[in-house]
Amino acid sequence: MLQSILFLLLLVAAFGLFAWQVRKIWANIHVGRERDMSGHPAERFRKMMLVAFGQQKMFKRLTPALLHLVVYVGFLVINIEVIEIVIDGLFGNIFGFHRSLKFLGPMYDVLMATNEILAALVILAVAAFWWRRNRSQPVKRFTGVELRAWPKLDANVILYIEVILMVALFFMNTADLKMHQMLGEEMPGTFPISSLLVGLLPSDAGTLHVLERIGWWAHITGIFLFLNYLPSSKHFHIIISFPNVWYSRLVPQGQFSNVESITHEVKAMMDPSYVVPPAPTAPDGSALAPTSFGAKDVEDLPWTNLMNAYSCTECGRCTSVCPANLTGKLLSPRKIIMDTRDRMEEKYESPLIFRPNQYGAEAKHEPVTDLMEATLLRGKVTPEELWACTTCNACVESCPVNINPLESIIEMRRFLVLEESAAPNSLNVMFSNIENNGAPWAFSPSDRFNWADDLFAAEKPAKAAVA
Amino acid sequence: MSPTSPEASAKKQITVPVMADLAARNESPEILFWVGCAGAFDDRYKRVTRAFVRILDHVGVKYAVLGLEESCTGDPAKRAGNEFLFQMQAMQNITTMNGYGIKKIVTACPHCFNTIKNEYPALGGDYEVIHHSTYLQQLINEGKVGVTGGESFKGRRITFHDSCYLGRANNIYEAPREVLAALDADLVEMKRSRANGLCCGAGGAQMWKEPEPGKKDINIERTEEALATLSGAAAALQNLGGVETETDAPSQHSLQGSIIAVSCPFCMTMMSDGVKNKEQENAVQVFDLAELVASAEGINA
Repeated sequence: MLQSILFLLLLVAAFGLFAWQVRKIWANIHVGRERDMSGHPAERFRKMMLVAFGQQKMFKRLTPALLHLVVYVGFLVINIEVIEIVIDGLFGNIFGFHRSLKFLGPMYDVLMATNEILAALVILAVAAFWWRRNRSQPVKRFTGVELRAWPKLDANVILYIEVILMVALFFMNTADLKMHQMLGEEMPGTFPISSLLVGLLPSDAGTLHVLERIGWWAHITGIFLFLNYLPSSKHFHIIISFPNVWYSRLVPQGQFSNVESITHEVKAMMDPSYVVPPAPTAPDGSALAPTSFGAKDVEDLPWTNLMNAYSCTECGRCTSVCPANLTGKLLSPRKIIMDTRDRMEEKYESPLIFRPNQYGAEAKHEPVTDLMEATLLRGKVTPEELWACTTCNACVESCPVNINPLESIIEMRRFLVLEESAAPNSLNVMFSNIENNGAPWAFSPSDRFNWADDLFAAEKPAKAAVA
Repeated sequence: MSPTSPEASAKKQITVPVMADLAARNESPEILFWVGCAGAFDDRYKRVTRAFVRILDHVGVKYAVLGLEESCTGDPAKRAGNEFLFQMQAMQNITTMNGYGIKKIVTACPHCFNTIKNEYPALGGDYEVIHHSTYLQQLINEGKVGVTGGESFKGRRITFHDSCYLGRANNIYEAPREVLAALDADLVEMKRSRANGLCCGAGGAQMWKEPEPGKKDINIERTEEALATLSGAAAALQNLGGVETETDAPSQHSLQGSIIAVSCPFCMTMMSDGVKNKEQENAVQVFDLAELVASAEGINA
């Protein structure tokens, strides 16, 4: 009875705290600019099933895709057992039952056996993940200025927690199995790994019962702790990557967003009779403060780009294919996404653990003293990073959860150009060439058709269409 | 590339039809050829424009160009963040084209292609836009261009460099490859190709500015990959994820006579500069698809 009450309290506290943290993330995402992403549910669902649920884009790189698949499937399947743990925890002690799903019979055997094999594979995959990150020469994309301190620790903490959860699961099963064996009772389920481990535990039924309880509590407490760690961690992607993919752009990647307020201005300039629609008003009818062009800080970005930041697993595929980063420039698309999340939590709501990246001289930042003044643009992302982008879409293409760093880059470029006139000089020359000559180079518009002078072709009869 | 084939001794002058003249005669073209600023002003890409016009003329399609009425699509302004300038350019071009009732556009520039196709509709410009690689593929498939009678590319090693604004931006990967396949050449793929293709370094308005400080220029990184692929040493490329693409591995093929094929004026500039930087300009040539097709068809003069 006491255990049931304890468990109920723990359950309520865990989910309550988690909900409180998710609300903060929800609020942070909603400081972003409005953007209509409604419609096309069938296409969005298909995309979500392929890219998020089906991990389609992970399989561009086979080794990490397979390792990740093991942990992912392990997470999905082993969580079925968590349902059983919750039922047992709430009611088992009161009504005196244990392993409440055992009525499934042969299915339960299959489920338990699958869980054990997956749990063992998860431990192996996590070991491989750890090795890829922590050996003396780690996989290159796990390095970089943005992957020090908290992000580096976070990545390892996730791996450690996963191992602890799996070990607790084995501890629980092995103790339970041995206890049943010693009491001569039949153990429900099949446990291929735990049956190999029974020799490691003492042969005393009382001790075994305590050990089984320790394993059981460690597993479920660990899960509750992990749940509340997620909002502070890149591991939050296990939840938010689904809506993130759902709300990804459905237009060609080359299509950049249209700035409608500018469209009205340009139309009014070209046609004096054009009626500019009234500016949107606040719900109470009062005028809204005029918004800037482009993005200086997180609230200037569309909300989807802010959700992007919470979906980022910091895997670095984007940065590893970025032509600017590959050739030693400062730009790293991953850093821009991570900076966006840091900035949101710095300025607005922050989860339980909040350790924003602080970049030193290596990222060409002045040490920031006043956090509120450290806007996303300049405070975290330097113009040098933004101007190195070739808009090639390699980062967008590579992201396994459809994050679009390019949109954020362009929004900040818009702010630099339209609000600060702070483009590099050579680009200002290009702009004035377009304005004056209708071409980005300093050619005379009257020479535009010179290419057609003295144009000859060899005589050759045209072929009739075969089709 | 030798411009003429033995039997093509007779040559004719092409007068490029201008939209304003057609409109004055109350005629409308089947297709508008959007030349683009590079195609109109850049000396190297003017040769591509002329090759493509030879093809248009050869197949007898009723086409026209805007001539002096064409203006920059605004692509470099938009990528650089100057949305205001972009929209001014776009509206001006849309007014011109809608005035002529233009329905269908072909262009040899992936940047113009992407901008007109994807970004003009929001500003009132709705057209069927096709890139010249797709158009050339259609002409070949329909048998209107036989890619015979001119220079033979049989056995020449060609690698195709994907343009970002054709490939990832608009998912066109196969059309340029099918055009090249029709040449019966020895096509070799770079390791980073199609959706994984590496940018030439010129997109996003980089064409008009110096690169930011770094270890290497992007076009050099890409040219090294192309040259290693053409010479057969690419398998030995150790680290495509860094700046150490250069390889000392022995080449299996002479670079002499091999070709880097492009489909974009900026890629053309960047890859040509890269080949010169690597001092391979006497061995390796950079050609646009239209030049290769016109040459194979034997219609250059």
